[in-house]
Amino acid sequence: MITARRILARSEPWVLAAIVMLSLLIQARSGQFFTGNNLVDLARALIVPGLLSIGCMMVIVSGGIDVSFTAIASLAMYVTDKILLQSGYSGNVLLAYAMSGGFGLLLGALYGFLIAFLRLPTLVVTLGTGSLYTGLMYGAFAASASDVPPSMIAHGKEILFTATNAKLGLTSEMPSQILILVGMLALAFLLLRYTMLGRGIYAIGGDEAAAERAGFNVRLIKMFLYCFVGALAGITGISRISMMAYADPSTMLGMELTVIAAVVLGGTRVTGGLGTLTGTILGIALMTILANSLILIGIPTYWSRAFTGAVIIIGTGVTARQIASATGRRRELKKTKGGGA
Amino acid sequence: MASTVLKVEGIEKSFGGVRALKGVSLEIRAGEIHCLAGENGSGKSTLIKVISGAHEPDAGWIEIGGRRLTRLSPIEAISHGVQVIYQDFSIFPNLTVMENLALNMELMDKRAFMNYRRARAIAARAVSQIGFDIDLDERVENFSVADRQLIAICRALLQDSKLIIMDEPTSALTKKEVKALFSVIKDLQSRGISILFVSHKLDEVFEISERYTILRSGENVAMGSTDELDRSAFAFHMTGREFSEESYRPAGPRGDPILSVKGLSRRGCYSGISFDLAPGEILGITGLLGSGRTELVETLFGLTRPDSGAVEVRGNRARIRSVKEAIRHGLGYVPSDRLTEGLFLPQTIERNTVIAVLDRLAGGLGLLRRKAVAETTARWIRDLSIATKDPSLPVRTLSGGNQQKVVLARWLANDLSVLILNGPTMGVDIGSKYDIHALMRKLAAEGLAIIIVSDDLPEVLACASRIIVMREGAFVRELDPASTTESVLSELSTGVA
Repeated sequence: MITARRILARSEPWVLAAIVMLSLLIQARSGQFFTGNNLVDLARALIVPGLLSIGCMMVIVSGGIDVSFTAIASLAMYVTDKILLQSGYSGNVLLAYAMSGGFGLLLGALYGFLIAFLRLPTLVVTLGTGSLYTGLMYGAFAASASDVPPSMIAHGKEILFTATNAKLGLTSEMPSQILILVGMLALAFLLLRYTMLGRGIYAIGGDEAAAERAGFNVRLIKMFLYCFVGALAGITGISRISMMAYADPSTMLGMELTVIAAVVLGGTRVTGGLGTLTGTILGIALMTILANSLILIGIPTYWSRAFTGAVIIIGTGVTARQIASATGRRRELKKTKGGGA
Repeated sequence: MASTVLKVEGIEKSFGGVRALKGVSLEIRAGEIHCLAGENGSGKSTLIKVISGAHEPDAGWIEIGGRRLTRLSPIEAISHGVQVIYQDFSIFPNLTVMENLALNMELMDKRAFMNYRRARAIAARAVSQIGFDIDLDERVENFSVADRQLIAICRALLQDSKLIIMDEPTSALTKKEVKALFSVIKDLQSRGISILFVSHKLDEVFEISERYTILRSGENVAMGSTDELDRSAFAFHMTGREFSEESYRPAGPRGDPILSVKGLSRRGCYSGISFDLAPGEILGITGLLGSGRTELVETLFGLTRPDSGAVEVRGNRARIRSVKEAIRHGLGYVPSDRLTEGLFLPQTIERNTVIAVLDRLAGGLGLLRRKAVAETTARWIRDLSIATKDPSLPVRTLSGGNQQKVVLARWLANDLSVLILNGPTMGVDIGSKYDIHALMRKLAAEGLAIIIVSDDLPEVLACASRIIVMREGAFVRELDPASTTESVLSELSTGVA
């Protein structure tokens, strides 16, 4: 039974309402929000954080926290890029995706092992691996901004369509990488909702001991989870540098905190067990609009960070308050019931 | 002679040199309610884990389904119809009722994909077994403890259970919920399912079970039919100590009232409460959950404020607006949920004991005098016979009864005039319960005024010098424990004759 109360108790409708109101406000003030090129620009800006948020959300749902996925994405794409450049490879970009995804999987497997088998706390482990991977990239591979192979340049130029803003004469191109985001979302959705593996991720986030007793293979599920997150990060790295047409090792570093904030804003419970892909993408969308579109109403870019911060505090704060008051109500209800006996 | 569902004999199990089970035997017959009793650390939980396949015994054998085995895997135990309902119910609070009911079944069938239609059918079948009416799409965390327990029971029934083991099933339930649970248990029994009911609560053992097995320090000390067991024998087997059940003759009030409550009211909680309390008295306040008993004492201790009325301490009007002021007036309060409200569990026994008197143990510059702290702690550990080897261990490591003693020690270390105890022996084993009762009497005899809030009627009758019954926020009647009975108290608190 789906009631209005149950829908309003979730955070997705509220995030959606915030997006709608913000869009209408920007549209009313600038007349530029609902233009083809602005919407395409937003979609373009959403691809990389969107991809990263999928893995991030899954880790938080399982009761963990990962701060190293951007380091994995950077290291995996950088190593792939260097190997392909040095070998003079000029074939299909799929190889780049496969290699980077594979490196990501290996890097994820390393900390997955530490977390799943040695049972180390996820925050500590990922702080460590994040630092380790970034250090390796700059130290062992002496990373600096670098070219990308021709296959990636071509991949970056694959355009689905071009939107033109007739009034201002601006054009924006929808990159084909948006399809990767859509595909990954579909994959993650099916995985989380229709496989026992996916339900296991939620079960572990709810109560790990109970999951073990019920017969879930907790270690394998965690191992899979971190391998998946690593591979996803590696793939994201290739999308990123293809769109940028050069490999900047620092381009994704630091993005992890925004992504985590967006995931939490989208209703994923920080302590694990609850979270949806819809909420996650809405959270990312809200953050992207704040970061990219406030300039349309004359708010300088550096202020958008302050707004983003305020939205995180208000958004997550309201959710926390709601949960607290809802449980409070229930408790009182129980009390009066007992008293009437 | 009824057939046997499960029999274990000579089970031994050690953990790192500690012998948890020293040759334990247990026999459960078809369709019986069998009680496994024992104090904390008696080996009850270890024995359950052996039966459910979670632990492999070092010696002994298990006879189940007509076969004699020396070890049992969890899957084998389940396929033989053994189901355990753990104290935490082993459920997923974040998932829906439907998934909670169906997941175990699906995992047993080694399904790789989740089919929600199949899950709903399983869940519907599960709840229909005990006629449990619940919204299958609601998350489990939104239900009460009692409902979660029923969910766990429904789930256990799905596996064609022959024996359901319930580990301390009533510890978090209200009286009413316990009644409902018992009728579910009786219903299961009528369908030929055996129940192993693990408990240390005497009343429940007598009410529900037909046969019993009592463990102490990893050994069988008694087993037989519950009809032939009486209270004092039960207490003796559990603890290995003799307790005299002579009724307590309170010394009675000495001198002027130390605490006077006049027409105290708080909207929605209690109204028009008046009473006097003199040194040496133990005032028992009883009533159902929600009768306002806890709200009243929380106001006395400054946790909430009354809407009207007055409190006098030693004849002077006292405005107690905070816990700090309550302490300054010589009041102490031990809450009912000592784990969440009264103790700092990961902190040491020493720190927990002295926390209320830190200012007196501090020297110049406000620094603590280590020696004074250690001496104070040592004195209370000795006086209250708190069972610990080392006061620098976390309080968490103590048993329930000893934790309760630490909370008491904290208040007694302060110079108290009035001590308020809310549910003083809730969740405490029998031995510690007697110790705490004896301690309360001793303190009263030394001139402390004590208020106990409890719905444990035998306890109130045994300890109080006066009893006040509360119902729906008001005092119903004041009684003398010497001339009243449990049934009178129970009628007054429920309002049902």
